[in-house]
Amino acid sequence: MNGANRVAVAGARRTTELRLDGSGRGGRWKGEVFRALLIFCLVIAFVTLLAVIVQASVRGMPRIDLNLITQMPSTLDRETSGMQSAIFGTIYVMVGLIVTVVPIGVSAAIFLEEFADGTKWWVRFIELNVQNLAAVPSIVFGILGLAFIVRGPLDLGTVAYAGSLTLALLVLPTVILASREAIRAVPTSLRQASLGLGATKWQTIWHHVLPSAVPGIVTGTILALSRAIGETAPLLLVGATVFVTYNPDGFFEGAYTVLPVQIFQWAVRPQEEFRILAAAGIILLLAVLLVMNSIAIWIRNKYTRDA
Amino acid sequence: MTEPSVTHPYTPQQELPDHPVPVMQTRSLNVFYGGFHAVHDVDLAFGHHEITALIGPSGCGKSTVLRCLNRMNDLVPSARVEGEVLYHDQDVYAPSVDPIEVRRHIGMVFQKANPFPKSIYDNVAYGPRVTGMKVDSMDDHVERCLRGAALWDEVKDKLKESGYSLSGGQQQRLCIARAIATEPDVILMDEPCSALDPIATAAIEDLMLQLREQYTIVIVTHNMQQAARVSDRTAFFTARPDETTGNRTGLLVEFDKTSTIFENPSDQRTEDYISGRFG
Ligand SMILES: Nc1ncnc2c1ncn2[C@@H]1O[C@H](COP(=O)(O)OP(=O)(O)OP(=O)(O)O)[C@@H](O)[C@H]1O
Ligand SMILES: [Mg+2]
Repeated sequence: MNGANRVAVAGARRTTELRLDGSGRGGRWKGEVFRALLIFCLVIAFVTLLAVIVQASVRGMPRIDLNLITQMPSTLDRETSGMQSAIFGTIYVMVGLIVTVVPIGVSAAIFLEEFADGTKWWVRFIELNVQNLAAVPSIVFGILGLAFIVRGPLDLGTVAYAGSLTLALLVLPTVILASREAIRAVPTSLRQASLGLGATKWQTIWHHVLPSAVPGIVTGTILALSRAIGETAPLLLVGATVFVTYNPDGFFEGAYTVLPVQIFQWAVRPQEEFRILAAAGIILLLAVLLVMNSIAIWIRNKYTRDA
Repeated sequence: MTEPSVTHPYTPQQELPDHPVPVMQTRSLNVFYGGFHAVHDVDLAFGHHEITALIGPSGCGKSTVLRCLNRMNDLVPSARVEGEVLYHDQDVYAPSVDPIEVRRHIGMVFQKANPFPKSIYDNVAYGPRVTGMKVDSMDDHVERCLRGAALWDEVKDKLKESGYSLSGGQQQRLCIARAIATEPDVILMDEPCSALDPIATAAIEDLMLQLREQYTIVIVTHNMQQAARVSDRTAFFTARPDETTGNRTGLLVEFDKTSTIFENPSDQRTEDYISGRFG
């Protein structure tokens, strides 16, 4: 082996060692900077959340009491005014939302994953639009709901289910995308096993694909719902503006309001009592949100561990 | 690789006819994946109560041919099949034929054991339930199938436990029990032992020889000794590169009694492959 060769071989080995090591190239400090940056972002997000919670807790604590949920909102009895109508309104809207968005979203996901031919232009067009819809600002859905659901063809009026439908449009893309991910994660071998035994496509989907996908679908749906429960802007447009002192009469009759709208109502009033009430409402809403997200994370962890 | 401790002797059928009495047949079978010609002109006959082995190098289309026999290739959107696949003189690719019905007569066992995430009992009972098969007692039927798959003694006390709780070899036998539960005529097995140790492999090979009494079996295997040990007839495939495109199209080189293929092949390519001179 002559000298030049030896140098080349050594150089090559050294290069490989360096590539594998990373420390000698200044790779380490770049990694450190990046890490610091990531932690910095995380801290910002966390501190913001903490600030909101602390701020709301400190201000709203005096009004975290039973009256908050048992009493109707009132401008006269400021000290004991509650938000029962908003709590019931939120329940109505969310129930209407769930029974609407879950069947539609899951069906759409099944169709796109199991039946649609992904090479057809119209299937790709639908897929693209589902993704785009997920990025549309919620106020646009509010305007849509006002024009087509409250008025227009559906003409439901300003009832709880009009709010449900509007929010359904808003979170439908999220539910579809989450369900598709969950369905896609079901191993092909399971489908083959079932079809190979002479099961029909529907039997296969119903007995194997959906049960395996349920945890993912539930997780995605809960996260979508927790977005919907905090929405204010679109609901302001479809009728949840009124200051109501009674619970909704049903999904299709009677005025309604929801938690974030009620909070908004109070927060803009000058009296201190109402501001405290608003803070108490925020605590309530945050608590519901955290519970929903915890359930979603719990389900996800439970099934990723078992799988 | 260590030689498996073979518990069963090589047992060719004594009165193996020169030509199979076919339960299934392929005639000029050609398979395409999109524009890719995967398999060219395959003519095979799978004899009544015989085990037929499909061997050949990787990518020569053994699995493709196997999947055509019960129309599992329908699941691949780009796959296109030309020629005929006959099951008792009925073309399974005829427009009037329902692939679901085909798969009820022609069962399949896959390379990787794929039990359902259900109990052992439900795994076996699933096929009869969804196909609406009439059984006098499902308990008896499940027992019969598990016995048929040589698994009963190992699982009889834990039928309610998940199929995943079994070992790999047991899972594969569960899949065989599940496949025979719908009482098919033909059982297709795609490298059923490739993920198993020699002992589990020997158990499955024993099982295949027993199952031959009742079923017509087609098995794909990379294990030459396995083909020699269990099969009555062997089909050797290879892949030939296309001169213009360089795509490797699979074709059938030779199909004969297993003893002939292994001891006295008529094609040089077969001999090279059998004797290990060609990957
Ligand atoms: N779903 C598919 N889509 C496109 N091409 C495929 C598909 N399945 C198989 N092929 C191609 O068809 C050819 C034959 O594949 P096949 O799986 O039948 O080979 P094989 O003989 O079973 O190989 P192995 O021994 O590795 O399992 C290969 O070139 C493969 O790339
Ligand atoms: Mg294969």
